[in-house]
Amino acid sequence: MAKKFLSGNEAFAEGVRLARAQVISAYPITPQTIVVERLADMVEDGSLDAQFVHVESEHSALSCAMGASSVGARTFTATSSQGLLYMAECLYYAAGGRFPIVMMNANRSTALPWNIYGDQRDSISQLDSGWIQAYAGDAQEALDLALMSYYIAEKKQVSTPFMANLDGFILTHTYEVVDIPDQEQADAFLPPFQTDNKMSLEQPRNLGFTAGPDYNIQFNYKEHKGLLAARDAILEAEERFAQIIGRRYSGLLEQYKTEDAEYILITLGSIAGLAREVVDTLRSKDIRVGIIRLRYLRPFPEAELKEALQGVKALAVLEKDISFGKEGTVYTNVTASLFQAGIRVPSANYIGGLGGRNISEQEITQIFTDLANGGQGLHFIGIAPEEEQEEVHAK
Amino acid sequence: MKPYLRDFIPRTLSELPEDTSYEAGYLVTKNAGWRSIRPVINPEKCVGCLQCYLYCPDGVIYKWNEDAGRGKVAVDYDFCKGCGICRRICKTGAISMVDEKQALAQEASQERSGQHG
Amino acid sequence: MSLNARTLSEEEFFYGHKACAGCGGALAVRIALKVLGERAFAILPAGCMSAVGFNFPQLCFGNNAIISTFAGTASMLTGVRAGLQAQGITDCYVVGFAGDGGTADIGLQALSGAIDRDDDVLYICYDNEAYMNTGIQKSSLTPFGARTTTTPAGQRIRGNIRPKKNMFEIVASHNIPYAATASIGYLQDFINKVDKASRIRGTRYIHVIAPCPTGWGIAVDETVDIAREVVDCGLWYLAEYEQGHYTLNRRPSEFTEITHYLSRQSRFRHLTQEDVEVIQRSRDDKWKQLEALQNR
Repeated sequence: MAKKFLSGNEAFAEGVRLARAQVISAYPITPQTIVVERLADMVEDGSLDAQFVHVESEHSALSCAMGASSVGARTFTATSSQGLLYMAECLYYAAGGRFPIVMMNANRSTALPWNIYGDQRDSISQLDSGWIQAYAGDAQEALDLALMSYYIAEKKQVSTPFMANLDGFILTHTYEVVDIPDQEQADAFLPPFQTDNKMSLEQPRNLGFTAGPDYNIQFNYKEHKGLLAARDAILEAEERFAQIIGRRYSGLLEQYKTEDAEYILITLGSIAGLAREVVDTLRSKDIRVGIIRLRYLRPFPEAELKEALQGVKALAVLEKDISFGKEGTVYTNVTASLFQAGIRVPSANYIGGLGGRNISEQEITQIFTDLANGGQGLHFIGIAPEEEQEEVHAK
Repeated sequence: MKPYLRDFIPRTLSELPEDTSYEAGYLVTKNAGWRSIRPVINPEKCVGCLQCYLYCPDGVIYKWNEDAGRGKVAVDYDFCKGCGICRRICKTGAISMVDEKQALAQEASQERSGQHG
Repeated sequence: MSLNARTLSEEEFFYGHKACAGCGGALAVRIALKVLGERAFAILPAGCMSAVGFNFPQLCFGNNAIISTFAGTASMLTGVRAGLQAQGITDCYVVGFAGDGGTADIGLQALSGAIDRDDDVLYICYDNEAYMNTGIQKSSLTPFGARTTTTPAGQRIRGNIRPKKNMFEIVASHNIPYAATASIGYLQDFINKVDKASRIRGTRYIHVIAPCPTGWGIAVDETVDIAREVVDCGLWYLAEYEQGHYTLNRRPSEFTEITHYLSRQSRFRHLTQEDVEVIQRSRDDKWKQLEALQNR
C-alpha cells in the first residue's frame, strides 16, 4: 500500500489501473479530462496494458465501450455534463444490453447557461437510464469505488453498467493523501471479467436484438431485477474490500451522528464533508442533528433510509440539481420512499450549489435552524428569501 | 453456420435470456407464406452456372448433387419469398415462376396419389 | 483461388430474415458474409438489415452479430476490434453494414473517426438511396430528382433537389488504406472487393449500391437488373482507391440511355426533359472528374 497526494480524477485513474481495464475510450471534457490523461500516461509507461482509443465524441466513447464489452473485454470511459447528455442514447443501450461498463462522470452543470463547474444535474437527469449510480465523497473513496465498481457491475446477477460520480472540481481537482492498494491486493479483490453475454468465435451469438411487444417487458423486468441485485453486490464488494484491502464502507448510504438525531440533513457527494463539520458545531451546542450521505442513488437505499430515519422530527434534502417544474429529484426519491415506509415527518428541499455556487457553513446551519422552526417546502440557496417567489413551489 | 429452424421457442421469463444475447442463427418461423409465386427449376435446361444461387437475396437456392438427378440447384421453399430474381437472372430459361396455390394443390395431389399407390 | 459462385463458401450466414422480397441490401449482406465467413463479427445499426434480422427469437445471423446505435456503427466496430485485440483475438474480421442514412448522415462522424484512427475494420455501406426502413425519406445519398416521402414531387418541390453526397471520395480523402464502390448488380466485382478488403489491414470501406424495390418503385424481380443498369448508364461507377490511387474498374464504352433507367422507376416518373438533361450533364461531369482522379 503506497500513499500519494492525488486529485479525485487521479485517484480514480489509479483505481482503473488496478482493475486492469482492457479497453479505454477517451474524449476530453472539463472537468473529467485528467482521468483519461493519467490513464494515457499509465499506458505509455507500461503500468497499464490497455487499448486506449481516441474516440471522436462522447457518443462514440460509450458506443466503443459497448463494442468492447460485447466481446467480453473490461472497459472504462469517462465523461461529464454535456458529454453525458450527448451519449445519453448509449446509456440506455448499455444498460439494456447488460454491459458492465464502468464510467466516471465528473459532475458538472448543464447548459444553458454555459458553466463548467460542479453540480449534479447531469447524472441525476439520467437516473432512469438503468445504470448503477454512485457518488464519491472524497478522493480515497473515488479510488476505492473504481475498483469496487467492476466487482459490482460484473457480478453475474447484476450485469449492469456503473456510473461513478465525482463532484466537478471540488472532488475531481482537489488533492488529498490517498492510499493506493498494491496490484496483488487489487487482483485478489477483483477476478478477471467473465461473461456469457458476449460474441465469441467458439459460441457465436446474436446480440442487441429487437424484442417486440410480446417480449419487451420481460427484458425490462430483468434489467430492473439486475439493478436491484446490485444492492447485495455492493454490500458483498465492500465486505470483500474490507477483508482484502482493509478499508470499510457503509453500503448505500453513510450516516453521521444520526442515532439520536431530531433533525437530519440528507445530501450526497463532497458537500457532506462540510455538513459533518456543521453537525459537530451544532452538537457541541447540544442540538441533536445528523447527516445522511447517499452513496448510491441507483439502486436507491430505500430500506436503509427507512431504518435511519426512525424517530426523526424533521428532515431536509440538500442537492445540486432540480427537476424543473417539480423539485429536487433526490427529494422526490427520498419523500416517495418515506411515504412508502409510512414515515410522515415535515421535510424541506434545498437546491444549492448549482453551477458551482459555493454552499457555506452558515447556509447549512440555516437549514437545521429552519427545520427546528418547522420550515418546509422548496428553497434555493443563493436566492434571498425576500426575492423568492411563491410560484417556485409546485402546486 | 447457416441459421436453421428450431423446435423450442422461449416464452416464459425463465426461458428468456437475462440479457439481449442469444444463440446465433436461431429461426422459429418460415417465410414460405410470403410468396404468391414460386420458382421451379427445369433440370433439363439448367446448365449449372449458379447465377441464381449467387443472386438470391435470401440465399434459398443451393447447390444440389447432379448425380441425384435433380438438376444442379434446388430451392429451400421454407424460406423462398418468390421475388423472381432467379428467373430473371437465368440465361437458359430454366426457371419458371408458377402460381403458389396451384403448386401447393399439385403437391397435395401428388402426395395423395403417392399414398394411394 | 479466386472467389466466385463456384468457390464461394456454401454456408449461408444471413438466412431466414424478414427483408422484403427482392431486397438489394439483404443480398449485399449475404454475399459479403459468404466471403468473410464464420470468423466475421458483424455490426449493424438500426436500419433495414437489423430490423429484419434480429427479431427475437428469430435471429438470422449464423455468425456473431450485434445491433449498434444508429450513429454508432463505426464506433462499435472500433470497440469490438479493440476488445478482441485486448484479449489477443486477431484471426477474425470486424465488419459493419450500414445503410445510406446510417453512413452518410447520422453515422458519418463515427466513420470519420474510425478511419482517422485506422481501426482494423471493414465498413460496408449498402446504399438504397433513402431511409427505407422508416418508409422512404430523403437521405444525403438520395440522388437528384428522386421522389421520397419527404421530397414529394409536386408543383413547389420536384423531388430531391440536391445531388448525392460523394461518400467514396469523402472516405478516400482520409487516406484510407482501401475504399471501393460496387453494385449488387455486379456481384463478382463486389466479391472481389470484399475479398481484397479482407486481406488489407486498417480501415476499409466499400460502398455498394443496393436497390430497394419499394423505395425505387420497381418490381421485386428487377433489383439486380436495375443495379446493373445504374452502372451501365453511368449514374453509378465501380471504382477503387488504394494507396493514394484511384482506379475505375469499369468504363462502359458507351453509356446506356439514362431515360430508360429513370423511366423504369416510379420515384423518377415526374422528371421533365430538363431534369433529365441536368442528370445527364452531372453524370458527364462526374465521369470527367473520375477519369481525372484516375490519371492523376
